[in-house]
Amino acid sequence: MAMTYVQKLLARACDKDSVATGDILELPVHLAMSHENAALVINQFNEIYRGTSREPSVWDPDRIAIIFDHRVPAESSKTATNHKKTRGFVQQQGISKFHDVRGDVGGICHQILPENGYVRPGQILVGTDSHTTTHGALGAFAFGIGATEMAAVWALGSILNVEVPGTIKVVVNGQLPDGVYAKDLILHVIGTLSAEGANFKVIEFHGETISNLPTSGRLVLCNMSVEAGATAGVVPPDEETVRYLRDEAGVEGELELLAADTDAEYDRVVEIDAAQLGPQIACPHTVDNVKPIDGVKGKKINQIVVGSCTNGRLDDIEIVARTLRGKQVAEGTRLLVFPASWRIYTDAMDAGYLGDLIKAGAVVCNPGCGPCLGIHQGALGDDEVALATTNRNFKGRMGNPGAEVFLCSPAVAAASALSGVITDPREVN
Amino acid sequence: MSKGKVVLKLANDISTDIIYPGRFMATVLPTETPQFAFADDKAFNQLLNEGGVPAGSFIVAGDNFGCGSSREQAASCIKGYDITVVARNFARIFLQNSINVGLQMIICPDINAAEGDELEVRENKVWNLASGESFDIQPLPAARQAIIDAGGLIPYTRKLMLERAGQAL
Ligand code: SF4
Repeated sequence: MAMTYVQKLLARACDKDSVATGDILELPVHLAMSHENAALVINQFNEIYRGTSREPSVWDPDRIAIIFDHRVPAESSKTATNHKKTRGFVQQQGISKFHDVRGDVGGICHQILPENGYVRPGQILVGTDSHTTTHGALGAFAFGIGATEMAAVWALGSILNVEVPGTIKVVVNGQLPDGVYAKDLILHVIGTLSAEGANFKVIEFHGETISNLPTSGRLVLCNMSVEAGATAGVVPPDEETVRYLRDEAGVEGELELLAADTDAEYDRVVEIDAAQLGPQIACPHTVDNVKPIDGVKGKKINQIVVGSCTNGRLDDIEIVARTLRGKQVAEGTRLLVFPASWRIYTDAMDAGYLGDLIKAGAVVCNPGCGPCLGIHQGALGDDEVALATTNRNFKGRMGNPGAEVFLCSPAVAAASALSGVITDPREVN
Repeated sequence: MSKGKVVLKLANDISTDIIYPGRFMATVLPTETPQFAFADDKAFNQLLNEGGVPAGSFIVAGDNFGCGSSREQAASCIKGYDITVVARNFARIFLQNSINVGLQMIICPDINAAEGDELEVRENKVWNLASGESFDIQPLPAARQAIIDAGGLIPYTRKLMLERAGQAL
């Protein structure tokens, strides 16, 4: 039977010849990731063992990753105590992939996993974070789960009751025009599919534009696939995947590169001509409220945020630094930049980007989730308007239900930082 | 079966940021999350905290209820009040979280009800006693129903873990 990439991956993972949409599988887990919410996972994990004669003990301490990123350094004593409790558990259980609040190994979970070579094609990867879909960029079947479900994974080493999802194939051909990026492409896809258009499905990305897209861009596509409701987003692995894993993530050893059958059946095929795309903006208060930039140009912005697990990578920071070099952020506009990891922060420092940004008036924050969810730093005032390279603009995101968040690419953010209003980067030189 | 009033009527795409705003995420324990349920809807949050919503009440929503973050607090905070959520459909992670923590939720693709209406759940239907209409409930796949029948994912996993270790409870 012809299978999609994900169907093949799932069949391989549970040792079957084939699987079909709707089958319910118990899947062995290769990597289980949590962040601050590990504190809740630990609580639920201990609950599982309550009243039994067994001591709580995780199935494999080398397959669990815990990364502190949502509120670092701790913004409150409550968070600090959660951190402390989690450190104790990490030590007691011997969890090896632990990334504490540190300038050498810290960062946002969805950057830490790829850059440290924890993600491989063909893996089953679960995380207690909805943007776990990010890791499909390296060919893993990666999806978000809740804390109690993660507790069950820690106990059993497998994830129960996974329904084989149907697949939406997004085929992108043609060259992205200057000033147009992976972020614009995924915003366009979400606008096309709607916020629930891919519920319980996988988005599989194909086409020459995707083949030519570096992993940093593929991470953006898969990261935001969940904003269309998708269980997972995935780019079937290819030469670029191998290049990234070997050169940037230091992965050695054999890699298994499965491919979709050419005659696989899809629930829906969406074809996109990249050459026709311009910059896209997601308007408040839903991510699928996507408009071409012409519709919102000139909108006054109080705070611009560049960073997050979506667009806080070196190439994103480079675009902003190059645009701002020798210029100033507009009066009345704040520019916050938070790189996705300390490795990126250091690279951006060595390349001189951070100096460019700071001299232009930007505030460079420490790596972490920071302003993205507005509970730690960079919260918005009443009636303020933010333009962000992050991935969500729900009411209340960035800490204030009385504020508005628009989403865009780093190029739009940079051009707008100079003018203080939403600006098309193609019109700035 | 259960009977109660609709205490809150919501639109499509209600995100977990609305159900349980991110700034309360450092609070994780199911016993502590209910105080922040719908915290940005001050009137409703106050009603909940003052005990003004009887157990067995309903929240009625449209499509894609619980979209966004995977935070389980969004399910546990509603569960704390023994409220049932009836929606046309749910976002995937929220649906699974609800099953796992035992939040009563009903997938009812045609639900039509207003705030204040009395609803009754029986015979695999939601009955709107105010309008006299009834709406079919979409059953859960058997594998998910089994978790609900076991009382949530924790007891379900406990049993499985012991079985696999060759031990009895
Ligand atoms: S940067 Fe934002 S979207 Fe990404 S993991 Fe952190 S809070 Fe979530």
